[in-house]
Amino acid sequence: MFRALCLVSTLAIVAASGSPAFAQDEEKVVNVYNWSDYIDESILEDFTKETGIKVVYDVYDSNEILETKLLSGGTGYDVVLPSASPFLAREIQAGAMQKLDKSKLPNLSHVWDTIAERVSKYDPDNEYSVNYMWGTTGIGYNVDMINERMPDAPVNSWDMIFDPDVISKFQDCGVYMLDAPTEMIPAALNYLGLDPNSTKPDDIDKAEELLKSVRPYIQKFHSSAYIDSLANGDICMAVGWSGDVFQAIDAEAEGINVKYVIPKEGAQMWFDQMSIPADAPHPDNAHAFINYILRPDVIAKASNYVFYANGNKDSQQYLDEEIIGDPAIYPPKDVMDKLYTVDPYNPKAQRLITRAWTSVKTGQ
Amino acid sequence: MHALRSFFARRVVIAIPYLWLAVFFLAPFLIVLKISFSATAIAMPPYAPVFDGLANLWERVQDLSFDNYVWLTEDALYIKAYLSSVKIALISTVITLLIGYPLALAMARAPDRIRPLLLMAIILPFWTSFLIRVYAWIGILKPEGLLNQLLLSLGVIDQPLTIINTNWAVYIGIVYSYLPFMVLPLYATLEKMDYRLIEAANDLGATPLGAFWKITVPLSVPGILAGSLLVFIPAVGEFVIPDLLGGSDTLMIGRTLWVEFFYNRDWPVASAVAIVLLLLLVVPIVIFQKMQQRASS
Repeated sequence: MFRALCLVSTLAIVAASGSPAFAQDEEKVVNVYNWSDYIDESILEDFTKETGIKVVYDVYDSNEILETKLLSGGTGYDVVLPSASPFLAREIQAGAMQKLDKSKLPNLSHVWDTIAERVSKYDPDNEYSVNYMWGTTGIGYNVDMINERMPDAPVNSWDMIFDPDVISKFQDCGVYMLDAPTEMIPAALNYLGLDPNSTKPDDIDKAEELLKSVRPYIQKFHSSAYIDSLANGDICMAVGWSGDVFQAIDAEAEGINVKYVIPKEGAQMWFDQMSIPADAPHPDNAHAFINYILRPDVIAKASNYVFYANGNKDSQQYLDEEIIGDPAIYPPKDVMDKLYTVDPYNPKAQRLITRAWTSVKTGQ
Repeated sequence: MHALRSFFARRVVIAIPYLWLAVFFLAPFLIVLKISFSATAIAMPPYAPVFDGLANLWERVQDLSFDNYVWLTEDALYIKAYLSSVKIALISTVITLLIGYPLALAMARAPDRIRPLLLMAIILPFWTSFLIRVYAWIGILKPEGLLNQLLLSLGVIDQPLTIINTNWAVYIGIVYSYLPFMVLPLYATLEKMDYRLIEAANDLGATPLGAFWKITVPLSVPGILAGSLLVFIPAVGEFVIPDLLGGSDTLMIGRTLWVEFFYNRDWPVASAVAIVLLLLLVVPIVIFQKMQQRASS
């Protein structure tokens, strides 16, 4: 009963909260809501030193949590970093975001046009957001555990996941998959040589069939548990987000050797975008903060710390060699060309894809 | 004057709990009920406005859409999730009762001196966060976890058991987490029991087991019922335990609700799921009350 009440009242509180705060003369504060472990904290201190604006920094660990807060309104946040697809695109459509005042962002001149252009699919003309970091959805694996079971494993291919003959060899050591239909169904479509953007019921059926053929070898569908599990050597392989796998590599236990690959068939690209909620209480400070992060030396410092590629062309000269030289972080041109993006789904397609996904997961 | 004042004072005292219920239970319930009649929209908040304001009340009532409830019946997923939740909760409740009853009995019969100590031992785990205790079970149950290492070193098994990410882990998690809710009401009833009744039964030739079945168990029925409800009801809606310990095929309604609300952003369907869950849980409470009324009359 208690749990049920909790669920009911959480829904109600989320639904009932609202009423944006009124903007008066801006106090010297900016409320930033970012992913956990996603910035070198000295950047925040330097920003305060330079501008006198205090940073109140809060973190989340899933786009869904951020989106639920944004759509309820009245979050009090000034800068948030949703992923471009499908989240930011939908949040813009819902009216939860405000357009950037580009006259307050002179550092926009440093932006990497390749990334900005890809993001414009979700944020037309980049009116609402600026890229912070971007990455790919690929495969993280434990080198020794894979070698032990299959010395000639096709580690640079989606065969590792989608070929039942291959993945079945790793069933005993544990394979996790992202619990994210908008990542896994396009990946399956891409592997089948179909358009990863397709929402045709026939194509979705084929993707569902492919996923079901390897379902018996997947131990768990989860979107964050694989970080710890890879780092501790509890599992040997996971489909995951590049940055999360790099986090696992960073935290790996003694004798554990984890690697991340972008499979040769191509992978989905994701973009985390700095943006300002429609009802942000301190929009001027938010612009000042975004402009500061856009400084090439500042964003380079962030990338060197978190091991992600950023969307800032001029920052590349300040990057450590282990970042800019790593093809899994900054892929070469031919790999870049194979990376795909997925359009936001309409509600009907969304339901189709969610249903196919539930069917894969539960085997029903 | 004095009588009048005490009349109002009594009213106020009674009104406080009612007000509490109205503000923290009835109002949220009505808001969720309202959303459950809406439809999703890409907006803030993410559902179409429904039933706002009191103007044209009757027309608005006629506009109400039961689509979300119909949807729950059309897709077998929801019914399976409800049934599977009830099944998992029922089995867990029975296991909890089987473990909790002997514990409570032993506590009730323990010497007065150590009884507070035993009671403390039951309550002590609550001093640690529920979430951390569930996380700890991941460490115990995983393939290289403590349990498998122990069994392997004892030679009981030669291959690690796969427990984590299965329904077994969910049962273990629920039974562990809810055991105190079973033990405490059982202990309360068993402790009050007049032990002379057992002595009388023994004097009259009943075997210890016979006395237990014919006297102890029937007298502890209220405790069994209260404990079972305290375990069963929260277990049905459990989300954390199946999410952390269960496998991807562990179907429970709390998880389905989470997916609808956060992943699909389908607040209306999530609300409908929550309303149906609440109605389902009211049934055992009503049965319990009926039984209590019968017992007291």
